[in-house]
Amino acid sequence: MPTILVVEDSPTMRQLISFAMRRIPGSKVIEATDGVDALKKLSSEKADIILADINMPVMDGLKLVSLVRGSSEFRDIPIIIITTEGAEEDRKKAMDIGANAYLPKPIQTQELIKLVTQQLDKG
Amino acid sequence: MDKDKEPGILKKADEFLQIFKKGEEFTRDLLKENEHLRFRIAELEEAHAQDSNAAKIRNYEDHIRMLEDETESLKKRFRKAEAENRDFAQKYVLVAEENNNLANMYVASYQLHSTLDYEEVLKIVLEIIINLIGARKFSVMLIDKKLEELEPIASEDIDMDNTTKIPIDKGVIGEVVREGESYFSDESIHTESEDPAKPIVCIPLKIKEHVIGVIAIYSFLDQKTGFSDVDYELFNLLAGHAATAIFSSRLYNRSEKEFTTIRNFLALLKGKPTQ
Repeated sequence: MPTILVVEDSPTMRQLISFAMRRIPGSKVIEATDGVDALKKLSSEKADIILADINMPVMDGLKLVSLVRGSSEFRDIPIIIITTEGAEEDRKKAMDIGANAYLPKPIQTQELIKLVTQQLDKG
Repeated sequence: MDKDKEPGILKKADEFLQIFKKGEEFTRDLLKENEHLRFRIAELEEAHAQDSNAAKIRNYEDHIRMLEDETESLKKRFRKAEAENRDFAQKYVLVAEENNNLANMYVASYQLHSTLDYEEVLKIVLEIIINLIGARKFSVMLIDKKLEELEPIASEDIDMDNTTKIPIDKGVIGEVVREGESYFSDESIHTESEDPAKPIVCIPLKIKEHVIGVIAIYSFLDQKTGFSDVDYELFNLLAGHAATAIFSSRLYNRSEKEFTTIRNFLALLKGKPTQ
C-alpha cells in the first residue's frame, strides 16, 4: 500500500493531485502545505513517494528536495516536482539537486498517475 | 495271341498317352487359369488398396478442409476480438480522460463554492486559471455599471490596478460583454498581448445570461501547447461558477460590513460600547 505525500500550497491543486492519487489502488495520501509541513509529516509517517510544488511559502520545493536527499532516513524516497516553471533550466536545477521527475503544470492527471506508478515500481 | 493283343495294348497306350496329354493340357490350362486368377486377385487387391487409400485421402482432405475452415473461423473471431479489444482500449482511454476532466471540474467547482470569503474566492479563481488552465498573465474584471467600465479585481503578472479601466463598449472585451460568448484569438497560444484591451482569450463571467465581468488572458505558460477539451470545460465552468462565487461572496462581504455597521450604530444608540 503506497503512501503518497502531496506538498502543495494551493488548496485547489492539492485537492486535485490528492484526488488523482487516491485512484492508485491501495494508496494512502498525506497532504502538506509547504516544505516544513512536509518534513513534519515525514517524521511521523513514512512516505513512499513525494509530489512537491516548487513555489511555496515557508520552504519551497527545491529546498525540500535537497533536505530530503541529505537525510539518511528519507534520501531514497522518490520525488516528483509539479510546477508552473516549465523552462529547461528549472527542470535541470530540480533534477540536479535530486528530483526523480519533473512535471510542468497544467498537469494531465493520467500522465501524473503513470509517472507516480513508474516511480513506485522502480522502488 | 500276343500279336493279337499287341495292337490293343498299343491302342490303349496311345489312348493313355492321349489321356495323359489331355491331362497335361488340362493341368497346363489349370496352371494358366490359376496364374490368371492370381493375377486377377493381385489386381483386385491392388485396386482395393488404392480405393482404401483414396478413401483415406478423401477423409484426410475433408478433415484438413474442416480444420482450415475452423482455423479461418478462429482467425476471424480473433480479429474481431482484437478489434473489440482495441475499441475497448480506446474507450477506456476516453473514459479515463473524461473521468480526469470530471475530477478537475469537481475540484474546481468544489473549491469555488467552499468559501464565502471574497478574497479567498478570488485566490481560488486565480489558482484555477494558473494551475488548471495554465495562464501566465491575466486579469479578472467586474463591470462597473455606473461608469460602464470594467474594473480589475485580481490579476497575475500584469500591471493592472483599480486605475486601469477597460470600456465595455469597445473591442474584444466589449464584444464578450455584449454577446456573453467566450473569445479565442486566432493567434498562436504563445503570443503575448501587452494591450489590456486585447486579450488572447476572454471569458465572460455570467450569472445565467447576465454578464457581470470577464476573465481576460494575455499570455499562457510556455509549456502549454494548445487548448484541450478540459480547457474549454474549465472556461465554461469559470464563466458560470466563478461568476456566482465572486458575486455571492462580494454580496456576503457587503452584507457582513453593513450588518456590523448597523450593529455598531444600534449599540451606539443604546449607549453600549462597540466591539
